Amino acid sequence: MNIQALIIRILRQFKRDKRSLALMIMAPLLVLTLMWLVFEGDRYEPSIAVVDVPQPFVDALEEQDASVEEMSEEEAMEALEDVELDAMLSMDQQKLSITLEGSDPSTNQAVKMTLQNAMKTLSPPSNQMDLSFSYLHGSEDLGLFDNVGPVLIGFFVFFFVFIIGGVSFLRERTQGTLERLLSTPLKRSEIVSGYVLGFGIFTLLQSLIIAAYSIYVLGMWMEGSFWYVLLITFLLAMTALTLGTLLSAYASNEFQMIQFIPLVIVPQVFFSGLFSLETMAPWLRGIGQIMPLTYGADALRDIMIRGKGFEHFQTDVYILIGFAILFYVLNIVALKKHRKL
Amino acid sequence: MESMVRVENVAHAFGEETVLKDIHLSIPKGEIFGLLGPSGAGKTTLVKVMVGILEVDQGEAWVKGVQMPSLEQMKVIGYMAQSDALYSELSARENLDFFGAVYELKPKERKERMKAVMDVVGLIDHMDKPVHKYSGGMKRRLSLAIALLHEPDVLILDEPTVGIDPMLRQSIWDELKSLQKKGTTIIVTTHVMDEAEKCDRLAMMRDGYLIATGTPQQLREQTNSETIEGAFLVYGGERE
Ligand SMILES: Nc1ncnc2c1ncn2[C@@H]1O[C@H](COP(=O)(O)OP(=O)(O)OP(=O)(O)O)[C@@H](O)[C@H]1O
Ligand SMILES: [Mg+2]
Repeated sequence: MNIQALIIRILRQFKRDKRSLALMIMAPLLVLTLMWLVFEGDRYEPSIAVVDVPQPFVDALEEQDASVEEMSEEEAMEALEDVELDAMLSMDQQKLSITLEGSDPSTNQAVKMTLQNAMKTLSPPSNQMDLSFSYLHGSEDLGLFDNVGPVLIGFFVFFFVFIIGGVSFLRERTQGTLERLLSTPLKRSEIVSGYVLGFGIFTLLQSLIIAAYSIYVLGMWMEGSFWYVLLITFLLAMTALTLGTLLSAYASNEFQMIQFIPLVIVPQVFFSGLFSLETMAPWLRGIGQIMPLTYGADALRDIMIRGKGFEHFQTDVYILIGFAILFYVLNIVALKKHRKL
Repeated sequence: MESMVRVENVAHAFGEETVLKDIHLSIPKGEIFGLLGPSGAGKTTLVKVMVGILEVDQGEAWVKGVQMPSLEQMKVIGYMAQSDALYSELSARENLDFFGAVYELKPKERKERMKAVMDVVGLIDHMDKPVHKYSGGMKRRLSLAIALLHEPDVLILDEPTVGIDPMLRQSIWDELKSLQKKGTTIIVTTHVMDEAEKCDRLAMMRDGYLIATGTPQQLREQTNSETIEGAFLVYGGERE
């Protein structure tokens, strides 16, 4: 009854605060769409100048969708300087020599790929090791967006729930309503539960929209069950909410709440698997173990890319639940500062 | 007489700063009790001790014979804080509805009470206005309405009439008087001297000490003042 009153009030506040509502739902969709546009663009086709290269090889290059132009060496060098070209291919005493513009690693990679592929089609098959790739998970089509997508979904849910949840609870304190609530027969645990459930209903909706949009509209790679994705994003949201409300006790205004972003949110991104940590010192890698997003991102990748079933990511689920319960309890304890009962 | 609110030997410090010292108080049922004192004297702090939302270093507060804080006793207290604690994005109706539900008023009763209290504070026509569109005095009145909502036995009002015009203030005091007749105990802090006159008993605070208690008349006589304002100046001004 009491908790219900809190839930209704929080949902009403959401209804009134259209801006926060939009921020929590539209902002993740917008950023995901931008990411999609950046990563999912067609494979880059390098422009290459050829200087005295035999015709069959030029043809082979063109077949690889590179834009190929015949030039003199001076012209080509000039164009390279002006970054109008990505590479120059020249024939030097029966040897192919390649000069790359070189300032963008991904372009370099694209040029190398194009050349290698072109070579393959040229050389007599007998000389060529026939490479065929088989994929355990994903396929040739698994792009960068598909790879980072699950992490991004988890991250955005975590980030926006943390901020909105933290700021709402902070406001409750600064506008005096928290003290007012503590002068009513509400228990401390009821106040925290009301928050968790009120936001819970909302974050469920948010998770649903973000996940559905990523998977069905942006076509993010999806092998596993949609419901598992929802479960993980919901747990991440609950962790973010309880952590946000907990930390809000240590902020005295909204600006100080924002200051938690570089401390709490950004490090989680580094450790969540967006970047490969293989080369990092093991003890440093261990830091990721105390961050909720690490587990959420891990589970989401298992589900979305590898199509794993519950038994494969259940540890992540339990750890996330553990985080949420820990923060929930700490919230109740933190309120003790105001009223011991 | 049975004491409704009792404060015993309370002392409290915020960090280094001692805010309450050696406070003893007993307020009988049905009394209107006024707390006076210069700004920063510790009135709000003392009131919070009675409500049970401040854990003191020393001493106890009792409401109806039960030591605070007590969730059971919170039900019989109506508290109006010095600064309005309202949800500004919600309408008055939604604010009232929320607090009504928190005090576990049944929906039908809640509706009736909401109307009744908004009538008292003269806001019945502004039920559905969002609170951020309220004026300062209107917010004050809504806070008072919320404190009255669950018909508490003890009303604790921290400067309830700040920013309220004389006419409305009159009608609010009329309401407090009529609540008193029904047996409600009312504790009110104020800086308004004609309101102090309306209290049955007054307590004068200074620098965290309760330096005098008595009826308005007793305080005037003790200080040889014509008015409560004069008494206030004497008590507030003298420094040892
Ligand atoms: N949360 C707090 N932290 C630190 N000091 C506080 C806190 N609340 C009050 N104080 C200090 O306690 C003293 C008494 O404050 P209190 O609010 O009780 O005064 P008051 O008598 O209600 O004044 P006013 O008439 O201006 O409302 C002040 O010196 C104030 O600075
Ligand atoms: Mg005060």
